[in-house]
Amino acid sequence: MSASLIVLDPGIFATLQDMGRWGYLRYGVSNSGAMDRVSLRIANLLVGNDPGEAAIEFTAVGGAYEVAADSCRIAVAGGRFPVAVDGEPVPPLTSCTLGRGARIVIGHAVSGMRGYLAVAGGFDVSKTLGSVSTHVRFGLGGLDGKALDAGSRIPLRNPGVPPDRDRYIDPAGVPCSDGPLRVVMGPQEDYFSDTGKKTFLSAQYRVSDLSDRMGYRLEGPEIEHAGDFNIVSDGIAPGSIQVPGSRLPIVLLADRQTTGGYPKIATASSTGTAWDKRPRATPSGSRRCPSRRPRSNICACWTVWPASQTPFTRPTPRPCSPIGCLPEILSTGSAERPKPDF
Amino acid sequence: MPGIRFHGKGAATMTKNSPSASLLYDTPRFLQAGDSALTVELGNAVDIRINEAVAALEQNISEAGIEGVLETIPTYRSVQVVYDPARIRSRDLIPRLAEVLARPGAGVATARRWVIPVCYGGEHGMDLEFVARVHNLAVDQVIAIHSGAEYRVYMIGFSPGFAYLGGLPDPLHTPRRDTPRTLTPARSISIGGIQAAVSTMPVPSGWHMLGQTPVRIFDLTRPEPFLLRTGDRVRFTPIPHAEFQRLDAAAEKGDIIARCEETG
Repeated sequence: MSASLIVLDPGIFATLQDMGRWGYLRYGVSNSGAMDRVSLRIANLLVGNDPGEAAIEFTAVGGAYEVAADSCRIAVAGGRFPVAVDGEPVPPLTSCTLGRGARIVIGHAVSGMRGYLAVAGGFDVSKTLGSVSTHVRFGLGGLDGKALDAGSRIPLRNPGVPPDRDRYIDPAGVPCSDGPLRVVMGPQEDYFSDTGKKTFLSAQYRVSDLSDRMGYRLEGPEIEHAGDFNIVSDGIAPGSIQVPGSRLPIVLLADRQTTGGYPKIATASSTGTAWDKRPRATPSGSRRCPSRRPRSNICACWTVWPASQTPFTRPTPRPCSPIGCLPEILSTGSAERPKPDF
Repeated sequence: MPGIRFHGKGAATMTKNSPSASLLYDTPRFLQAGDSALTVELGNAVDIRINEAVAALEQNISEAGIEGVLETIPTYRSVQVVYDPARIRSRDLIPRLAEVLARPGAGVATARRWVIPVCYGGEHGMDLEFVARVHNLAVDQVIAIHSGAEYRVYMIGFSPGFAYLGGLPDPLHTPRRDTPRTLTPARSISIGGIQAAVSTMPVPSGWHMLGQTPVRIFDLTRPEPFLLRTGDRVRFTPIPHAEFQRLDAAAEKGDIIARCEETG
């Protein structure tokens, strides 16, 4: 039997995701890819992978997995999820090297919504339209276009890992998802009244339960349109905040439709892990939209991974102080960050 | 900022008093869509002139090879340009796009004409009779009108390869269903409002299903998985059920079935 990771329990919803599918938006194919790209990279770097390698993305609950290989190195990043191997807790953001039959159990999120389980060498899964990312509605990517199921066996590219030191990162240095969501106003800002825009920029919104990889429905004060709330369909960028007739905003994310006919009051910044919010969980699960311009560096996590696989030389969203055995992790170019200017 | 200039074939109809001429903006709007996309809006209507300009602009952007531009989404009336803000800033991208818009010949895109076989009615088009009743037409008349027109692919969106078509003849304009169906058959040929469409996979829809094509508009096993693109012309040709089955089997093996001719 070839080396694999067996899914014993996928939690609520787990899929394989990488940095997404690029070049097919014009044909109606969403980018998909990890909802929290910073965390996907961290998980991969902890096991020595290319940062854009596909990993298991899980939602709210991590699930359980078993190693069916001579050895396997794994790491978990993302929201705060308790991780245990054969009943022994594993410290956060630490890789561990496991033998055949080892069981990884990842519990309920203490904070955050999504987490990533990466394996050294990556999963041996073929790409669809240039990406392993799963789009369940369209049946693209992953294992036969489906979410992971109890009993799924995900083949590993490497039959084992060389004896090597495990790696860890100081969690204090990892970008955090709290704080307001930064937005750029438009493209259909003019479809909203001044009152509507003011409401949008000052009110607090809560991520509703009707939220998934396609988009997050927000609950909060209604946003007033200036008039009609239908537009002639145009393109939908990642992070677009559309306001349909319900007057409640919807943030369109990784599995969003590529075109649509509702006005978009603003577009969330592509930086950081701001999208990784947990519905109704903590006070930080609500979001404010107070900023007209993205202040953070804009090359942190969304756009820099087209099919060409740009090397990981981007600055990190916040200064980090990795104290693990591989200090190059996450320290690249953190000294200087671009100004908020686009 | 230069406006769009039309040259070649599109020019004559544009400058004459075409009723839709005024729908095309004199000066395109550049709308920021977040920190990594820019929407170039050419008009604000479902209109053939605007869509011709969209198809041409998309083709010209792709030919211009602007550093940092990752991909584009052509729609009815705009082109969304997705870019890497680490490689190009919006303020530098806008003038580059304005240059592309101003280039001679910028108004004309290559057109492809497709002929797509359709089996109308029955299990393939469950709303054919309903549509005939609504318009007080015979079923055969609906088929004749629908297959007698040439359509234009206005936009691909909604789901992979799903083509929104303009050019539905007036007598078939039909309001959408009050209650959308949660799932409609793959490869359905449908109409809704003033538009027609071809689907590629089972999707929810409030449109009326007239028929089904055996053509795989979207097929991952092909080197070029998508058959249609914005600006293509489409005609439908009616086929009987037996022919549908024969073509469906051929399509399953990888035959494209649909005929295509390219014109300048």
